[in-house]
Amino acid sequence: MFSTAMLAGLALAYLLLLFAIAYAADRRAEAGRSVIGHAGVYALAMGVYCTAWTYFGSVGRAASSGLWFLPIYLGPSLAMVLAPVVLRKMVRVARTQRITSIADFIASRHGKSRLLAALVTVIAIVGIVPYVALQLKAVAAGIAVLAADESGAHGSVWWRDSTLLIALLLAGFTMAFGTRHLDSSERHEGLVAAIAFESLVKLLAFVAVGVFVTWWVFDGPADLFGQAAQRADLQRLFALDAGSSAGGRGGASWFTLTLLAMLSLWCLPRQFQIMVVENVDERHVSTAAWAFPLYLLAINLFVLPIALAGMLKLGDGGAGAEAYVLTLPMAFDAPWLAAAAFIGGLSAATGMVIVETIAVSTMVCNDLVLPLLLRSRHLQLRDWSRWTLWIRRAAIVSVMLLGYAYFRIAGEAYALVSIGLISFAAVAQFAPALLGGLFWRGGTRAGALAGLAIGFALWAYTLMLPSIVRSGWLAPDLLLHGPWAIAWLRPEQLFGLTGLDNLTHAMFWSLGANLAAYVGVALVAPPAAREASQALLFVDAMQGMGAPVFWRGQASVQGLQQLAARFLGAARTQRLFADHAGEHADPRLVQRVETELAAAIGSASARTMVASVTQEESLSTDDVMRIVEEASNLRAANEQLQSLDRLKDDFVSSVSHELRTPLTAIRALAELMVDDAAMDAAQRQHFLALIVAETQRLSRLVNQVLDLAKLESGHAQWRNEAVDLAALIDQAVQTTGELLRERGAMVKLDVQQPLPRPHADADRLMQVLVNLLSNAAKFVPADHGEVMVRARAVPGRVRLEVQDNGPGIPPAQREQVFERFRQADGGGKQPAGTGLGLPISRRIVEHLGGTLSLADTPGQGACFVVELPVDNDAR
Amino acid sequence: MRSRLAAQRRLALFAAGVAVLNFPLLGLWDTQATLFGLPLPVVCVFVMWAVLIAALMLIERAHRGDRE
Repeated sequence: MFSTAMLAGLALAYLLLLFAIAYAADRRAEAGRSVIGHAGVYALAMGVYCTAWTYFGSVGRAASSGLWFLPIYLGPSLAMVLAPVVLRKMVRVARTQRITSIADFIASRHGKSRLLAALVTVIAIVGIVPYVALQLKAVAAGIAVLAADESGAHGSVWWRDSTLLIALLLAGFTMAFGTRHLDSSERHEGLVAAIAFESLVKLLAFVAVGVFVTWWVFDGPADLFGQAAQRADLQRLFALDAGSSAGGRGGASWFTLTLLAMLSLWCLPRQFQIMVVENVDERHVSTAAWAFPLYLLAINLFVLPIALAGMLKLGDGGAGAEAYVLTLPMAFDAPWLAAAAFIGGLSAATGMVIVETIAVSTMVCNDLVLPLLLRSRHLQLRDWSRWTLWIRRAAIVSVMLLGYAYFRIAGEAYALVSIGLISFAAVAQFAPALLGGLFWRGGTRAGALAGLAIGFALWAYTLMLPSIVRSGWLAPDLLLHGPWAIAWLRPEQLFGLTGLDNLTHAMFWSLGANLAAYVGVALVAPPAAREASQALLFVDAMQGMGAPVFWRGQASVQGLQQLAARFLGAARTQRLFADHAGEHADPRLVQRVETELAAAIGSASARTMVASVTQEESLSTDDVMRIVEEASNLRAANEQLQSLDRLKDDFVSSVSHELRTPLTAIRALAELMVDDAAMDAAQRQHFLALIVAETQRLSRLVNQVLDLAKLESGHAQWRNEAVDLAALIDQAVQTTGELLRERGAMVKLDVQQPLPRPHADADRLMQVLVNLLSNAAKFVPADHGEVMVRARAVPGRVRLEVQDNGPGIPPAQREQVFERFRQADGGGKQPAGTGLGLPISRRIVEHLGGTLSLADTPGQGACFVVELPVDNDAR
Repeated sequence: MRSRLAAQRRLALFAAGVAVLNFPLLGLWDTQATLFGLPLPVVCVFVMWAVLIAALMLIERAHRGDRE
């Protein structure tokens, strides 16, 4: 139905569309109207997780083992629950430290180690290149399936070459949009826009096929599942333990797959590139946290229906199942849909290839090639910035061709078919160093190196080696009897460990040993200064440390400037040094230059280069701790100062407001008397009485302000002794007796005898009691007012209540009355008070180790409760 | 305080998700029963997945304005 030329043309047209989208997005970004400044685009771009292995392979796995394709997508969905904790921190660290690859992230965290960066890069290449090959194979297979009718022969040479053409075009695309310019952030807007578009295309294409199969070929999902249920071999696919060969093993395998996928989300270089390096706004993470799992759910919804339909209509649950997405529409006379499905598969493959290649090429350039070139004495270039671009381009072409070569050599071999999970397991080895380094300060370079090396070696031995044997490249004796017939070295039953499936077995050994080495080595040899300082910058990244400077020594501005110019180009260097004249560079500038260089050549190389042009003093771990302590002390002191300053401003403004009210009254009355010399004596007397009252209020206010200030600053004098409460209550009632009589209020006492004696300052306690009583006097109704004073012992304390029968205090204001200058609404009229009595009382009671609060007495007026500790040192 | 609450909620959801989307709890759905003609195990896995996403969305909505 299709000719290979048509399909190749279609593929080329699609890739040209990608070019156009990326170009347009880059243009818009330059014009300041970025298309990727949206969380949805970020989440879609994360969909690069779903490769051709998902698009074609999931259906294949569903056809053979039912729901067991799902853990690969459930894992990332679960991991995203923690994205706002994990991913956000990674983004923050990468931004502040100018980190542009996962190798650099791990190396920088563990003391900027070149060796570590190189090791991570090598593991990434070994794990990823076969995976790139798998994508190219998927495209080639897609063309072969659709064009099978025409060419008849599978082995025609033409489609292999069209795959090469596609690989080269992809390399071109990646170079064009991935290495167009040396940007300090290593962000590629056009590329991200294109990847988000690809995610959309593959989702729509896959769902379209799913809908077609479910509602066109069958009569809805119930019909499809009903027909499948008739066949025993298909019904087995609905059961959850279909993938496990023996009972009890299923759970472990399912968990391993989930864990593996969870770790891969953080560790795959392409995910790191999209989620961390290309992130433009930290806040996008929290939207993507649910949007990306939703994408995964949507793209997996029709996997099982398509697999079942294929097996019902086309038979063959074997290798052909992977192509059901293409063959089903063909078989049911919908070639246009088959073509769309092919484009969807192409988008899944190309998206992965593009992003993975750019991520790996950055690592190869910064962590393998540059360190070697920089070490060379013969190569002293004046401008490295152009060189780095070309090294990256060469790396892109190399990775792509390596992938293509692997595909040509190992096209049909088991090693390629099974690479999906094996590749995941390889990059999952980064997890201990990556996540451990992010949350544990103790991690060290030696620990990370040991963990990665052991983990990688065990991965190669228990997972990669068996897949090579199964491809027929090595004798099967190795698996059956072990090397040199040593049974306990059998790769799939290492040290005699049986009862696990191959993947769980390999993950247990490799990841377990990796983690043990990472932690164990670090505990034996604790972090050195540089590891400790980097650990702080990573682990405490979210605390806003105010960038402590971990550099001591002598450096000349000129030397740094020449160094920066070699790698960053003249324009950026000029910006970097804009405000730095003079001869000697301060440590902060040195650190900034190093960070900027890290973005261009990796943190390890940046470290070496800066060290080469400066005279550094080496720091000890103690120095690092001191610098951090100074920085955090400074920050804490600053924060305290700011909050005190705010408090003081509030206080001053409310005090002056409170002082102004009586002053205004006094001034107005006095002015009236001045202006009206003929005022009659009675009037004048009345005004003078008012002035005296206002003056008294004023001095009371000033006294209380001073009193409160004294209490708050801790300068108040306290003479604590055992206090006879009953006597104190009597005295307080007598003091306020006049006031209460004026208001026509009765006082009732209910004092338990004998009362325990609290240890307190009698004068201060008296002040509290008088304040509560005079407050009560102010609020009782005229003529039939009643104030109740109760005192009794409760376990460990003595409880004192002052209750009135006034309007009470609404629940919403119960805490407010204890704030300065807040008075309860006294039924319309402003009660005469300073608004400081209760705050002062509360401070006093709290100083004595007790509490002052309002009891809940609805409809019965206000009831203030003082509780004081007994037999207790009240400070 | 709010951001600490958010972290606790996320951790709890993560733990709950790992528990219900793994064996042995997952094995509880392993029956021949159907729901609207669809096999129960399949429906359940997808529904629990969707519930996880919805809960995550609610948490992120609730804590959108939190300071870190």
